[in-house]
Amino acid sequence: MDTSRRDFLKIGGLCALGLSSVEVAEAFAKSQASKYLTNPKAGAAKRWAMAIDVKKCWKAEKKECKDCILACDWAHNVPDIPVKRQEVKWLWNEKYENAFPDQESELEPVEVKEKPFLVLCNQCAHAPCVRVCPTQATFKNDQGITMMDMHRCIGCRYCMAACPYGARSFNWRDPRPYITKINPDYPTRDRGVVEKCDFCVERLAVGKIPACVEACKSKALIFGDLDDPNSDLRKALASRYSIRRKPELGTMPGVYYLM
Amino acid sequence: MKIYDGKYILIGLLVFGVLVTFPLWFDHGKAVAPADPSIKTPVIEAMMAKHCILPKDRMITEHMKLLNVWRTQVVRYGKTVYVAPGGEKYDMSLETECFRCHSNKAEFCDRCHNYAGLDKATDPYCFSCHVVPGEKNPGAGKVAMVHKESK
Repeated sequence: MDTSRRDFLKIGGLCALGLSSVEVAEAFAKSQASKYLTNPKAGAAKRWAMAIDVKKCWKAEKKECKDCILACDWAHNVPDIPVKRQEVKWLWNEKYENAFPDQESELEPVEVKEKPFLVLCNQCAHAPCVRVCPTQATFKNDQGITMMDMHRCIGCRYCMAACPYGARSFNWRDPRPYITKINPDYPTRDRGVVEKCDFCVERLAVGKIPACVEACKSKALIFGDLDDPNSDLRKALASRYSIRRKPELGTMPGVYYLM
Repeated sequence: MKIYDGKYILIGLLVFGVLVTFPLWFDHGKAVAPADPSIKTPVIEAMMAKHCILPKDRMITEHMKLLNVWRTQVVRYGKTVYVAPGGEKYDMSLETECFRCHSNKAEFCDRCHNYAGLDKATDPYCFSCHVVPGEKNPGAGKVAMVHKESK
């Protein structure tokens, strides 16, 4: 059979169109079949951030208040591992000299020197951990939170080396035996992944505020949108002097300390 | 026709044939108990029309793919609500959605997984992190106390 070049190209074109239409139809059917939505109650923000009213915190601390830390540990199944170098920490207390090593003058008020500062992941705008992660297991979400994707973490610990705040912990062992009471609504972790505070992203997604903020009876933790000039957080930052941890590194931390 | 060293070759072929077909005839005729996953849980019993997120046959073959898509949507894109083809909305969470109905992992998940040969504790390893309803954990103390207070 003789086929002219013209006919061959015509038939070829028709075949290609036919084959591609199957793909298009399938993709269309898929997009119609199921949808993924955000919870209508979910909190919206361009950049979530936190301010810690240090004075209010210290007042409660006199009564050995640890409500925020305990609430966080319970909410996220954070294990209590007795070996110091294998500890898993999301929210914990640190001394001034360790939390603000470059700000030390040695002549601070005794109170500042001795009282604890609450520290957590700073949810940096320029997060070094995100830059170094080889698998994008840690990434910035669209609300400014530095997230952990546990399924993708390969446990290389580059992020821990990159984080200037020591906010990340590695699971050197199965954490389950070290969790006194498991919160059934939140997964635990497995051996070999890195974890840290994520501003309770799972609570924000259903319209709640972070567990530590909710637990603080003295209202020392102020949570809100850093990009919204009318938020409580911005108002607090506008009215009080605040410091951040190691701002000179250019990571743009999102946790402020109201002095 | 003459086969050189035919004796050894034929014996060798016979041994090879027996070994290769071993899995076929070894299990032949033996009855294997069906997986028989149970859906007898209080929540499912109380349902007027029993249905899962997708039709049953799709759930059997695709639940792992569905869970993986859910995971991506929740963790990477912050979407937490799944709209099924029928229009019902589901919270994309193993803990609070799947286990809400299927609160009997041992009689539901495990039976099929064991039947399919996935019976090692680590395979599938979903449950080394995701908490199974009613799972016991050793120890008691400070965190338990806080939970009581916050309730």
